[in-house]
Amino acid sequence: MRRLLLLVSALATALLVTPTGCAKKDASSSTSVSTAAAPAPLAAANTGKKILNYGNGAEPQDLDFQIVTGVPEHRLALTFFEGLVSEDPQLNIIPGVAEHWDISPDGLRYTFHLRADAQWSNGDPVTADDFVQSYQRMLTPALGAEYSYMLWHVVGAEDYNKSKLTDFSKTGFKAVDPRTLQLTLRQATPFLLHAMNHHAWYPLHIPTLKKFGALERRSTPWTRPENFVGNGPYLLKEWRANQKIVALRSPTYWDRSAVKIDEIHFFPVELADTEERMFRTGQLHITYEVPLTKLAVYQREQPASVRVDPYNGIYYYRFNVKRKPFDDVRVRRALALSLDRETLVKKVTLAGELPAYDFTPPDLAGYVSQHAFKSDLPEAKRLLAAAGYPDGKDFPSVELLYNTLEKHRTIAEALQQMWRKNLGIEITLYNQEWKVYIDAQHTKNFQLQRAGWIADYIDPHSFFDMWETGNGNNDTHWGSPAYDGLLRSALAAKTNTARYSIYQQMEKILVDEMPVMPIYFYTRARLVSPKVKGFITTPLDNCHWKFADLAP
Amino acid sequence: MLRFITSRFLQSLLALFLVITATFFMVRFVPGGPFTAEKAVTPEILRNLEAHYGLDKPLGHQYLDYLGSLARGDLGPSFKYPNRTVNEIIFDKVPVSAELGSISLAVALVLGIGLGTLAAIRRNTWVDYIASSFGMIGISIPTFVVGPLLVLALAIHLGWFNASGWYGPADRVLPALVLGIAYAAPISRLTRGGLLEVLNQDFIRTARAKGASEFRVVTRHALRGGLLPVVSFLGPAVAGILTGSFVIETIFQIPGIGREFVNSAFNRDYTLVLGTVILYAVLIMALNLAVDIAQAWMNPKVRLES
Repeated sequence: MRRLLLLVSALATALLVTPTGCAKKDASSSTSVSTAAAPAPLAAANTGKKILNYGNGAEPQDLDFQIVTGVPEHRLALTFFEGLVSEDPQLNIIPGVAEHWDISPDGLRYTFHLRADAQWSNGDPVTADDFVQSYQRMLTPALGAEYSYMLWHVVGAEDYNKSKLTDFSKTGFKAVDPRTLQLTLRQATPFLLHAMNHHAWYPLHIPTLKKFGALERRSTPWTRPENFVGNGPYLLKEWRANQKIVALRSPTYWDRSAVKIDEIHFFPVELADTEERMFRTGQLHITYEVPLTKLAVYQREQPASVRVDPYNGIYYYRFNVKRKPFDDVRVRRALALSLDRETLVKKVTLAGELPAYDFTPPDLAGYVSQHAFKSDLPEAKRLLAAAGYPDGKDFPSVELLYNTLEKHRTIAEALQQMWRKNLGIEITLYNQEWKVYIDAQHTKNFQLQRAGWIADYIDPHSFFDMWETGNGNNDTHWGSPAYDGLLRSALAAKTNTARYSIYQQMEKILVDEMPVMPIYFYTRARLVSPKVKGFITTPLDNCHWKFADLAP
Repeated sequence: MLRFITSRFLQSLLALFLVITATFFMVRFVPGGPFTAEKAVTPEILRNLEAHYGLDKPLGHQYLDYLGSLARGDLGPSFKYPNRTVNEIIFDKVPVSAELGSISLAVALVLGIGLGTLAAIRRNTWVDYIASSFGMIGISIPTFVVGPLLVLALAIHLGWFNASGWYGPADRVLPALVLGIAYAAPISRLTRGGLLEVLNQDFIRTARAKGASEFRVVTRHALRGGLLPVVSFLGPAVAGILTGSFVIETIFQIPGIGREFVNSAFNRDYTLVLGTVILYAVLIMALNLAVDIAQAWMNPKVRLES
């Protein structure tokens, strides 16, 4: 027996470097029933320092914030960097690296005055030239930065990015002196300061990038903790792939006295159920999301631990207006008017989402839609009959495409049922793996498709420009010259009131034409330990850590 | 013996080449690519990205480039994680999966062979019934049920362990137990079956007639033949267990290679897909060869040359 076991385990471990170590039981206390008793790693670190453990959803692609695109990456960008401006929890624009700024009366020239005490984590001052060179890098074609279009508002930026202009000094980015940065825009962009909260506008430490040859290309080691330099409230201490990222309070950040939490540990936990268990054992203070099945239980039993915040996005279904039967606007409107969205958000989506009867989230930077439609079943039936399908008779076969995810399936099933009951039409559901589904979307290979849109900045513009004819995110084949004309005139409007009234007209067109069907406006639900104070997120789900604190 | 190993080695090389070629072209024909994103990427930016990674060249050209760098041991850059290479990811994560795998394997072998042997020698008694039910339950209940159940009991209610993570030695216990049980179940059933067959044979009767103790009969004579089915099972099983388990690594938040294996396909991270497939193929081939050699040693009836 011994020989056999030896043989078998030798065979098993033949290729291993690691010894077949015994699993050591490290259980210190076997009596504890309390869920607060966190074992070794967390307890060991608990030496009077304030350490916040934060569920960050997924492993970041990289910490080079000019080439990343995801939400987890954006959270980290806010931690390690700071842009020219920032925002307070009420969404007012507040100074960041820039102490104050002037805007020319025509809205085309922005002059930022940088603060003298803005520093990189290695002690270098943050200069206007750092910003200009960072923007040049972001726009360098060879870098292939997906978010480079965020900078296209500036004169020459788009041309430089598309290799039509090779002399960067001809663009509208100018370092007037080390502490003065001037941007010249190609057209007035009233939401520019809000848009600047996106990490595409953050500066990078140019000498570090030069050292690693990263100025014109991706895939260099400058983002490793030993090389990394940032200018934000925290600095990068440790990055263990798929395990955690440790951020330490930066001693060089200009507003360091406002930062209260000593360390933030970002855990890339992909599974909501795993996160929820980690929350219960005290391994996480804040989760990325809440398992849908557990949300109601938490709301009932531990309401103090649940947070549901509005999220600046819309969940909708996209029609392909070149495919039957959705080439007929009456069918599109009939489908949109016949849904009971209240029931959907109350019984199916469950996280306090708001039913959507227009195309922009409520009270978006002061914009409130005046053209919201209503659920109207008689009208929906009339429209369907007028389109040639009375009570759903002879309605062609329609397939609804969604990406493979439990939540989308349940929503699709609920809507399928509502249409069957209310209009007598039958819709088939089919799902595709994420990238196949996105491919079908961009090649417009679908009839009806689930979709979602999260804005890049807080302004109604970010919900209207995508419906421009041929916009890369439109994907419906729908287009309207009147709409495109209004969109162009919106940016030229002298005041926000004038601009918003143009958006109202655009919204009217969308409601009449219904190229997409709004379903609900997103919310963001998560578990937050009652120990965490001042964790305030903006509708873009940005959390500026300097406002947060952790009770012992 | 040497001829056998040499010919098997050459066969494996050919198979590996075919696997690489098939994978290379198959991932390319799947809809969507590494830069397919919900927010549209402008055509100019997409072209820049493709140029950076050499995806703008003809596919045949890319294939030859890939084989060239593979010959130098370079698996290329990852598309999803721009600041890491596939080599780094594999060298970073395989040890984690291998550590988890070897602990689990030890659990599986001790538990599986132990229970299987007990069940066989106490056939049709309550011992057998309990051991066999363990086998059935272990096979039929998936790890994504057993895992959270153990976490609920031992981590959340008793507070002995972390719910997930891979930091201290204590963090190894739950995942290794779950993965070990999953493999112990089939091993115990194979051991029981193999042993029962052998125990009825003449040489066992001879051993008993010559006065060997029951313990000696089982350990010295019966197990050697009785474990043959287990050994054939172990080849692919060890490859699987060492390259990590997607489910276990996801549930317990373990930075192993199993997650990369699955996620790279979702991310269309072409180079990482190929890297993990090559790793898996090499392991399977090496272990199958090892199994053949072991079986020949255990069972004289198997002739390697034939």
